[in-house]
Amino acid sequence: MTTDLQSNWYPIASSSDLPKRHVYQAQLLGREFAVWRADDGYVNVWENRCLHRGVRLSIGINNGTELRCQYHGWRYANRTAGCTYIPAHPADAPARTICNNTYPAQEAYGLVWAGELAVGELPAIDGFESATVLRPVPIMAPQKMVNQALLGYAWDDTCESAENSDGSVTITATDGSAVRVFVQPVDSNHSVARALYNRKVAGEERIALLKRHSWLMQELRDRTETQAARQETPAPYEPVIAKVSEDLVDIPAISVDGRKADLRVQVARKEMTADGIASLRLEAIKDQLPTFQPGAHIDVHLPNGLVRQYSVTNGPGETDHYTIGVKREPDSRGGSVAIHDTVGEGDVLAISAPRNNFPLRRDAVHTIFIAGGIGVTPLIAMARALNAQGLEFEFHYFVQSDDHVAFKRELSEFEGALNIHKGQSPKETGETLTEVLANPGYARHVYICGPGPMLEATRQIAADKGWADEAVHFEYFKNTTELDDSNSFEIDLARSAMTLTVPAGKSILDVLRENGINMSSSCEQGACGTCRCGVIEGDVIHQDVYLSDGEKAEGRSIMTCVSRAASNRLILDI
Amino acid sequence: MSILKCSDPIALNLWYAIAPLDEVLIGETAQTILLEQPIAYTRNHTGEIVAWVHDVASGGNPETDRLPIKERYGYFWTSLGTPDADIFPIPEYDEQDRRNIHAASFGVNVSAPRLVENFLDMGHFPYVHTDILGAEPHTEVKEYFVEVSKERDEILATNCKFWQPMAAAVASGGMDVDYVYRVPHPYSAVLYKSNPTDPERMDVIAIFIQPTSQETLRVHMLLSLLDESNDDISIRLFQQTIFGQDKPILENQYPKRLPLDPRAETPIRADKSAIAYRRWLSDKGITYGVIPAAA
Ligand code: FES
Ligand SMILES: [Fe+2]
Repeated sequence: MTTDLQSNWYPIASSSDLPKRHVYQAQLLGREFAVWRADDGYVNVWENRCLHRGVRLSIGINNGTELRCQYHGWRYANRTAGCTYIPAHPADAPARTICNNTYPAQEAYGLVWAGELAVGELPAIDGFESATVLRPVPIMAPQKMVNQALLGYAWDDTCESAENSDGSVTITATDGSAVRVFVQPVDSNHSVARALYNRKVAGEERIALLKRHSWLMQELRDRTETQAARQETPAPYEPVIAKVSEDLVDIPAISVDGRKADLRVQVARKEMTADGIASLRLEAIKDQLPTFQPGAHIDVHLPNGLVRQYSVTNGPGETDHYTIGVKREPDSRGGSVAIHDTVGEGDVLAISAPRNNFPLRRDAVHTIFIAGGIGVTPLIAMARALNAQGLEFEFHYFVQSDDHVAFKRELSEFEGALNIHKGQSPKETGETLTEVLANPGYARHVYICGPGPMLEATRQIAADKGWADEAVHFEYFKNTTELDDSNSFEIDLARSAMTLTVPAGKSILDVLRENGINMSSSCEQGACGTCRCGVIEGDVIHQDVYLSDGEKAEGRSIMTCVSRAASNRLILDI
Repeated sequence: MSILKCSDPIALNLWYAIAPLDEVLIGETAQTILLEQPIAYTRNHTGEIVAWVHDVASGGNPETDRLPIKERYGYFWTSLGTPDADIFPIPEYDEQDRRNIHAASFGVNVSAPRLVENFLDMGHFPYVHTDILGAEPHTEVKEYFVEVSKERDEILATNCKFWQPMAAAVASGGMDVDYVYRVPHPYSAVLYKSNPTDPERMDVIAIFIQPTSQETLRVHMLLSLLDESNDDISIRLFQQTIFGQDKPILENQYPKRLPLDPRAETPIRADKSAIAYRRWLSDKGITYGVIPAAA
């Protein structure tokens, strides 16, 4: 039931109750709140109860951006109160909307205001724009009785009091000094009188003012409590705790989507390596991390449920960690933003073992690396490997400006082989690339990684200059091809002797998994090459960006996550 | 007998551990509370323990208001009703080479079922028992099995593992420790924990809760250990430290009674045993110390 009481604004704390990184426990109409200020200044007023096992969040830890529960370390985000991390299952997303109850809150006049169902803005309190907050006084009496008593509050003979429309009481003296008292109904028989004095005073004067009113308020308190004790104590309020949403009732099953995240790593260091690019150093929690090869990527299972691929930038022998670079892409589905905003040092992440679908040949007499933006990451690992072996290479890195150069320390290892091209227009980039790719030849290889358009352009220039398909290696970050999954066809699995139907709307990969065939995958958008499968017979509609044109024409393999049959049936080598 | 405050027939008919045997002395009468009912007990001159309902007004009569008594696992047990079952078995207690120690009796301001859940819970080790039973970043609760044994009417969680720093007295590093949990009584639980000295056998820790009201309790903790290197005092101190860490958390759970409505709180896979426990209580129809799911 909604009452007027619930729709009012009440002061529930003084601003000074919320020092940095503190969590304050407040109460209104019987309902407890955990009140905390994030480092960005935002004041959160939440139900004082962890959604997991009901532990008070007021005993939790305010780390400046999130509130962490003491019992099992669940973390809830500033503002939204959404759960961002469940340490017991680092590989799972707390994705389902696990979100704590928040209440309208406002900070003004040195007080923190809230109301269970308050709407709109806190009404202006005229005449108290520059006020002093007096000491709050708890009184074991109903709110109404305290309001009544306040009408008799006076510090000199000239004081006159009046009740305001919001229920607060203003007491004014002829010298113009005024006090406005708001009574916070903590519970049915428990109130706190929170008062403002209409002038800002400091030092000795402030202390004298506080003392005087503490004294007077204490007298009022004694009188009112005596009066309250004589009458029957009203039953305490029984705030209804909202139930959690229906979909949270069942325990989420272990993820079976075949993207295996069998490693647990801890974020040992997170720093900004360039404008908008974070580098994360991931260290094993126990045992040794599996070996990576230059060009390899890992799947990172993010706290928000997304799975993202990031290349390992490590040099040879750096086997005690993986370092990845993550560009903040606010327009994407939130993978990179989650890493930038919610993953912190000390967090545990679930990752897959490194997988290498972008292998480096080390039998070239000369290797050219062409990187655009964040595409630099796999190429750094590759060039470091060649560098360590003393093999010859040149490294071209296209960036907007110096601020966008990531991993400067690693790049400095390449000394004279490094060419950073800053702020070039597409046309200038084309010209530079034409120069760089002028001389194809025996045992010369090119590795390209960067945004789609640049990658296309580079491949075209290489082809024009006479580079063989086999000498041009590339990795797309993502597949921007418009995917068509509207046809239906059959697949024969040669080695498993099974025939399955792939209906419209499902991928070959989906159907294989539904039938218990374990096929690994990673990006699931035809970019990374992990779900590649051999084709024995049948024509393929290739919709991936992993296979080269030559490989696509040959038709000997298929990316089962996006590509489909052009004929009625495909015979696959599984 | 006066009218009992507790009206849950299941709770009334259970056996409850009340005090360690060696603390019940001849000629000394002690008082305590069980299910909101004051009771008194003593050891008479023949060495027999006697307990009776103790009315604040009348004082109670040791003869006419006498309660049933059993001595088991180093404690005396009683009941306000007429139990139809014996006290659950802990066979390890009788093994010759074990040390059976009463670790402590604690008062906690929470319902008995909240404490049982805490006892079954591994996920809190790194946060509540930091650097003792767990440590960040080793926070994962791996898959384990839970079953409700119909025949024994108890919950069994097996294959539980949790990473513990300095798990072995000798080894300096951490490792996974194995746990098995049993809940053979609505307000009692038994835990088995792998032991560094004997890979074949496990240490046993049991909690026997004496609910003093729906939202307060006393708990008696029994240890049955294979440990030969530590003295009783340090073993007790260790368990008391652990318990002292849980107590403030338990006393800050809201509501204090265990809500049985599945939508009251948010379970994760790590809570499988707790979920089984809540269902088991629901199926039994227990009402004392819980908030029953609305029918
Ligand atoms: S009760 Fe808050 S994390 Fe479990
Ligand atoms: Fe604990």
